[in-house]
Amino acid sequence: MLLSYKWLSEYVDLSGITPEKLAEELTLHGVEVDAVQELGAGITNLVVGRVVSCEQHPDADKLKVCQVDVGEEESVQIVCGAPNVAEGQSVAVARVGGRLPGGMKIKRAKLRGQVSEGMICSLQELGFEGKVVPKKYSEGIFVFPEEVVPGTDAKEPLGLDDTVLELDLTPNRSDCLSYLGAAYEAAAVLNRDVYMPEPRIVPAKDRTEEFVKVKVQADEWNPYYGATMIRGVQVSESPLWLQTALMASGVRPLNNVVDITNYVLLEYGQPLHAFDFDRFGSDEVVVRRAEQDEKMTTLDGEERTLSAEHLVITNGIRPTALAGVMGGADSEVESASENLLLESAYFKPETVRKAQKDLGIRSDSSIRFEKGVDPNRVASAGERAASLIQQLAGGVVLADPVEHDTLNRDELKLDVEADRINASLGTDMSAADMSAVLERLRFGVKEKKGTLHVTVPTRRQDISIEPDIVEEVARLYGYDHIPVTLPNTPSTKGGLTTAQKRKRRIRRFLEGAGMHEAVSYSLTTAQKEAHFRSEEDPRVSVSLPMSEDRSSLRTTLIPHLLEALSHNRNRNLYNVSLFELGSVFHTAETDVTKQPEEKTYLAGAFTGMWETHEWQGEKKPVDFYVVKGVVEGLLAELKADVSFEKAERRGLHPGRTASVIINNRPAGVIGQLHPETAKAFSLAETYVVELDLDALLQAEEKAVRYRPIPRYPAVDRDIALVVDQAVSAAELEGIITESGQPLLDRVHLFDLYEGEHIAPGKKSAAFSLRYLDREKTLTEEDVAAVHGKVLDALEKKAGAQLRQQ
Amino acid sequence: MLERLQELHDEAVVKVAEAQDLDSLQQVRISYLGKKGPITEVMKGMGKLSNEERPVVGAKANEVRQSVQKLIEEKERTLQQAAVQKQLAEESIDVTLPGRPVARGARHPLTSVVETIEDIFTGMGFQVAEGPEVETDYYNFESLNLPKHHPARDMQDTFFVTPDLLLRTQTSPVQTRTMEKHEGKGPVKIICPGKVYRRDEDDATHSHQFMQIEGLVVDKGIRMSDLKGMFEAFVKSYFGEDRKMRLRPSFFPFTEPSAELDVSCAMCGGEGCRTCKGTGWIEVLGSGMVHPNVLKMGGFDPEVYSGFAFGMGVERFAMLKYGIDDIRHFYTNDTRFLEQFIRE
Ligand SMILES: [Zn+2]
Repeated sequence: MLLSYKWLSEYVDLSGITPEKLAEELTLHGVEVDAVQELGAGITNLVVGRVVSCEQHPDADKLKVCQVDVGEEESVQIVCGAPNVAEGQSVAVARVGGRLPGGMKIKRAKLRGQVSEGMICSLQELGFEGKVVPKKYSEGIFVFPEEVVPGTDAKEPLGLDDTVLELDLTPNRSDCLSYLGAAYEAAAVLNRDVYMPEPRIVPAKDRTEEFVKVKVQADEWNPYYGATMIRGVQVSESPLWLQTALMASGVRPLNNVVDITNYVLLEYGQPLHAFDFDRFGSDEVVVRRAEQDEKMTTLDGEERTLSAEHLVITNGIRPTALAGVMGGADSEVESASENLLLESAYFKPETVRKAQKDLGIRSDSSIRFEKGVDPNRVASAGERAASLIQQLAGGVVLADPVEHDTLNRDELKLDVEADRINASLGTDMSAADMSAVLERLRFGVKEKKGTLHVTVPTRRQDISIEPDIVEEVARLYGYDHIPVTLPNTPSTKGGLTTAQKRKRRIRRFLEGAGMHEAVSYSLTTAQKEAHFRSEEDPRVSVSLPMSEDRSSLRTTLIPHLLEALSHNRNRNLYNVSLFELGSVFHTAETDVTKQPEEKTYLAGAFTGMWETHEWQGEKKPVDFYVVKGVVEGLLAELKADVSFEKAERRGLHPGRTASVIINNRPAGVIGQLHPETAKAFSLAETYVVELDLDALLQAEEKAVRYRPIPRYPAVDRDIALVVDQAVSAAELEGIITESGQPLLDRVHLFDLYEGEHIAPGKKSAAFSLRYLDREKTLTEEDVAAVHGKVLDALEKKAGAQLRQQ
Repeated sequence: MLERLQELHDEAVVKVAEAQDLDSLQQVRISYLGKKGPITEVMKGMGKLSNEERPVVGAKANEVRQSVQKLIEEKERTLQQAAVQKQLAEESIDVTLPGRPVARGARHPLTSVVETIEDIFTGMGFQVAEGPEVETDYYNFESLNLPKHHPARDMQDTFFVTPDLLLRTQTSPVQTRTMEKHEGKGPVKIICPGKVYRRDEDDATHSHQFMQIEGLVVDKGIRMSDLKGMFEAFVKSYFGEDRKMRLRPSFFPFTEPSAELDVSCAMCGGEGCRTCKGTGWIEVLGSGMVHPNVLKMGGFDPEVYSGFAFGMGVERFAMLKYGIDDIRHFYTNDTRFLEQFIRE
């Protein structure tokens, strides 16, 4: 809602209150002012001029040379390019030395040889937005509708001495979608009076009922309909004050009748509609539900298809207006209209909201009806508009509107205890203070023994329960005056759960390993994931995606990480390792009916160099074992057991992929991206890991138990084994660990060799074994016995031979 | 003999002076002071001397010997020092060459903000609660005083999966879920960070996915002044001791009274600038006293219990904190963006 400061001051005394101060006070008390815009800011030396003569420029087709009377002895010559400039017009002239919005300075100029001393301005040049400029003037200069004395300051008549407040209204405060509503609010905040307009109609002897009947067949949606006949109007351009008031409020002037209905809509918050009665098509107004698939053309020229949930105004045969939303094209007021039927009605929010949504129309009317207009202002707004039409368009208003009326106009009564208000706010106000605050809002209040009996004016449709009253008291009292306390609650133990702490440890570990944390979108596409899973697998899709790219929820974190690597690669960033910790969404249902299973996954993607020490000439590209090392380190950090088994997975290199087994449960995969997949994402050699962390995050924390440091020395034995290439390191390690009991303390692989010194199809794997007895010093014989057992087992189970030096 | 000794001494002085390294000095030592050296030779011949001459020559021999010994030791020290100096000079390196970097990854700025806020609130006795991102209509809307067809429920804003399932548009559903778990007994003190989704076209200031942190306190006798007190503590610890705050009336369907929290602008110190649109204030979060319908639906009796709730946008906090101008940066994972947060 755009609020003209000048217009508002007709209803509330704003003397001594600058627009900025008003904006601040309104904002602090509940109606946020988003912006304060001074119209005409920066404009100087703008006067009214009268075009005395207007002749074709001798050397330019599109220019005219005008002599303009600017209230001085001699007229000035101005070259003007506007197509609509003509002799006899009163226009706005920016004089030499003056300025226009944006700092443009007017200079004496020569245009194709003709001197030009000033500029005849269009409304856009004066800072009006194109969408509020009357159509008539949108392609040219503005022409004053009435004669103004040349030389007078043009800012005042053009409303450029005004300031506009842009209200950012919360959905509950639709009462402020009008000047009167805003005036009540300003008056309450400033503690001043409100002045209501007083419609004055000189009614004719003829009565409206003699010319038209009103039948409402859908009272549930239309409890009040008032129709007033106005005869013999002259449709023309509105007086300037009306046009500038509308433009300041963001509404484009059209003609005096439409402008008046818009003016009253803004003033009262009550939408009105004027029908051209000569084209109405009958002498009865029938309000009914639309028929299924009934068609009508609204005044924006669109044909609309209606349903039984929409309400229409008809002439008994066909719809002439979509109730509360938009008039029909057939009976629109035009310049030739003479006899009008002025509608002032109450349409229920639900039907207007439905029509608005179904048909995709939001009009100045519908946004007010959908929130509920003030039932006590419907009829008086009609009267106000009729009186203005009489005054400005010369019509004769017939006596008494024809009405259908079952409208409930009762004011809501609420009893609220002062103690409860204080208890809720933490304040210490007296009941009298609270009453005073509510009375400033023009609420009726009677206080008895600490209870406030509150009568809520009908303009405040948002007030219905006790906390609403608490809020009104609080905001007018001022949130600043509410004291500062701390809750008297028993102290609670705050903190993170084990799973939350573990997530932090995961992040810290991976940051420490040099990986950046990524965050990507949860919405993705089945095609992107098709590299890793079948497109046929059930997934959770959104029913009306905004774009194909964001149509269903991810089941894996990997594709978006790969996209991120690819994004970086396209910017010449080749060495990138990212991880993401986030939710994926799994469902077993083809047509989803239940909440999907949300799992916490951890994924990593690695490409390029893992380490680069440039001047030392050292480079270490990412490989399988880099990623595996990170995973092993991370799981050690989380005190989990991990093992790896060779595996094959869609999208991954069949020879370089392993299943990750955490605490004896398969929980993910690690591997190199299949070259085809890498190509699809425009990536070079890339490795990925993805782990399902749910079980691990929930697992019981294993407490550290100290084990005494061995008091006896350990004995180390290194062995080099020759085995078939197919035998895995893990297999050999398993055999050693098992057969080396009980003395084997640890074993690790320290060398691996395939090549010319080894028979084809074979490889050499060297292990270091450590034997330890915690009870005594090991003898040579003790070690030989167990070591022999190990070698036997290796030979028997894996065909391993000791490598001959 | 005395003369011979003096000669030997003078000779040795020259030789010691000539020795350029420890090896040649060792040669000098052996040749003059060794068992077969000339001084020893002279002393062996002392038996032939008279009783008067013997002590004189003996004394002289000792004197010469000690003097040479001392010279050699001094020279040795000098040479040793020179050798060390030489080695050190040879081992000198360019200390300005780059060190071997220790890998350091960046914490995502959204994570940084979430963790900082979690730490502040857990320090004030809050627990961190989580909830599903695919929610039911009931938890996301109805239980929060937004019945079906409520005007504040803008269909355009929600990603629906089915008429009853949706991507949560706010972290507020965790409020109801948590209250239900408490079975009508306070106190409840939680914050819930998480991802939320709305049908917004992605641009510099809008994102169809973003993060919120919701907060909820429910107990007997909770007042709006308590909300103010808690915000004061929060603003001081998150934004800094010197920042001022104010509460401004607002509207949310699930709270009443509702309030917006503004913090004085750090850019201009409250004078008014472009960042704060000239107001001197920055809007940071929405809050209010929990609406009785929300308490009721969470299983709490609004006649006995009251509470306050608040919700903040993590991206907005991060944008304010780091001066980030485009919300899409958070989700693009450009390493040139992420790297800047290594120190966070
Ligand atoms: Zn500022």
